[in-house]
Amino acid sequence: MNESIELPFWLELATATLLLVGSLFALIGALGLVRLKDYFKRMHPPALATTLGTWCIALASILYFSALKQGPVLHAWLIPVLLSITVPVTTLLLARAALFRKRAAGEENIPAEISSGRDAGN
Amino acid sequence: MKRFFPAPLLSVSMFFLWLLLNVSVSPGNLVLAAALGIFAPLLLAPLRPQQAHIRRPRVIIRLLCRVGTDVVMSNLQVAKGVLRAGSRQPHSVFVHIPLDLRDAHGLAALSMITTVVPGTVWSELALDRSMLLLHVFDLKDEAAFIEHFKHAYERPLMEIFE
Amino acid sequence: MTGLLANAILASLFIFAIAMALTLIRLFRGPSAQDRVLALDYLYILAMLMMLVLGIRYASDTYFEGALLIALFGFVGSCALAKFLLRGEVIE
Repeated sequence: MNESIELPFWLELATATLLLVGSLFALIGALGLVRLKDYFKRMHPPALATTLGTWCIALASILYFSALKQGPVLHAWLIPVLLSITVPVTTLLLARAALFRKRAAGEENIPAEISSGRDAGN
Repeated sequence: MKRFFPAPLLSVSMFFLWLLLNVSVSPGNLVLAAALGIFAPLLLAPLRPQQAHIRRPRVIIRLLCRVGTDVVMSNLQVAKGVLRAGSRQPHSVFVHIPLDLRDAHGLAALSMITTVVPGTVWSELALDRSMLLLHVFDLKDEAAFIEHFKHAYERPLMEIFE
Repeated sequence: MTGLLANAILASLFIFAIAMALTLIRLFRGPSAQDRVLALDYLYILAMLMMLVLGIRYASDTYFEGALLIALFGFVGSCALAKFLLRGEVIE
């Protein structure tokens, strides 16, 4: 821990708030994963952590390192950008896998296939 | 010009990606970033099946702002739904949405937007791209939701990509 | 670094730990294979966010690289698992 550099109070407050808000959203996402009753409902809460949670933590990191190094340090922003590209791919594959498996198992409340092809997704 | 920069947008973003990753603008890193920006698209050009045509930067910026605010709003909604799940489970349904957008890149962008915004998950696309199956976390009014979806996301994407 | 930020970092690490524990419940309870994959997917995102917070705590850039690597490998892993489920070779 670097004790020598003193940050302005408002910056510390902003970083602390962002960290807490981000982690709270991650916690709510985990809570949703446990409390919701149906698999497709459970697909939604993780998006809380990958959007607002990650944005807040990355912003906190940018604020802190920019103040520490006395200049813009924006590399933490790459993480939200990377996540916004990769998360849709995994979510989509998981949704299609779940649909496929639930149809194969003959579960109720699952809509019929809207196309015969298997790789229509993008 | 076209021969050396088959995808100018990609070149520019590779350039800035390298600089961001290294957190420096020293001459050496500038040269490396420029090399990456020039050669990466050239090497990868044979892998891209079709070129995307992107128009209307103003619409893109407006769409990005829209998605940003929607992400924040639906974050709060989904969080509320999760916290209240003990007394009332959210009303989650699959929604069929007829699509007018046909461009492959536009559809890819649409799937990214719907999945990044909490509360909606892109589940399946018809083979002829005419119908979309979407799972919605807490639906109140189906017709209004479809109208909002088409107006807020599909219309701007059609303007950008088609 | 004064007490405020240090305490906030500790608190947020603690909250992340609780979130990970909750996710582990879902991972072990299932009930279906896709539930477990979803929990695993969420676990790596939490680990990556934790790395970012640790980077602030120790004022070190190296944690950022770690977070980036976790994000990339987690993505590849979840994709492989989801693809495996999609092939339908392991229908329960």
